[in-house]
Amino acid sequence: MTETNIDVRGQTCPVPLVECRKAIKKAAPGDEIVILGTHPASKKEIPMACEAMGLEVMEVEDKDNEWKIRIKR
Amino acid sequence: MAEKAVIIVHSGDLDKIYSAMIVANGALSMGMDASLFFTFWGLERLKKNGLDKGPLSKMNFLGLGKWMVKSRMKKANVVSLEKLMTDFKELGGKIIACEMTMEIMGIKPEQLHREWIDDYGAVGTYIMEAKDASITLFI
Repeated sequence: MTETNIDVRGQTCPVPLVECRKAIKKAAPGDEIVILGTHPASKKEIPMACEAMGLEVMEVEDKDNEWKIRIKR
Repeated sequence: MAEKAVIIVHSGDLDKIYSAMIVANGALSMGMDASLFFTFWGLERLKKNGLDKGPLSKMNFLGLGKWMVKSRMKKANVVSLEKLMTDFKELGGKIIACEMTMEIMGIKPEQLHREWIDDYGAVGTYIMEAKDASITLFI
């Protein structure tokens, strides 16, 4: 199991979603992806995308103006 | 088979190319397939160094409006069309160039970024691409 970290803080639509998809594409089944960002809409949309692709969102953490989402491929 | 979004990129305006590229990248990011069918003025944007050369669709003011919008986009940290195109290709997005309108627009294949283009075709190619798509747009 490997963990990929993506930092999209300060990036706006559609970058967080696209970078998340690129990481999922590269990951192997069982791998985890952690995305750190600030774009408000992406906090909702990344879990939506994961659901559409049948992937598990393990954790959504929110502190100050930053969010962190952990996904299992 | 994955769901699919197919967009006809008819306009070459900067703001409309942004719309098409963002929707297409969004579809790929949500696990769908995505195809862009470039025709008429859209084809101009497939030319080498032509991606962001289009005017604004409204209030271009001979380029002043475009300059203003671009500087605001930079301030808001909006991604470049170049990156949207690179990501689109990396995520498996497909580009089709309309051969029939290439003739009308006087565009030769060697003027285009041929490494971006997966297929050349006409209306039949679009119909085949779009008939099983759940999203189709004309931009």
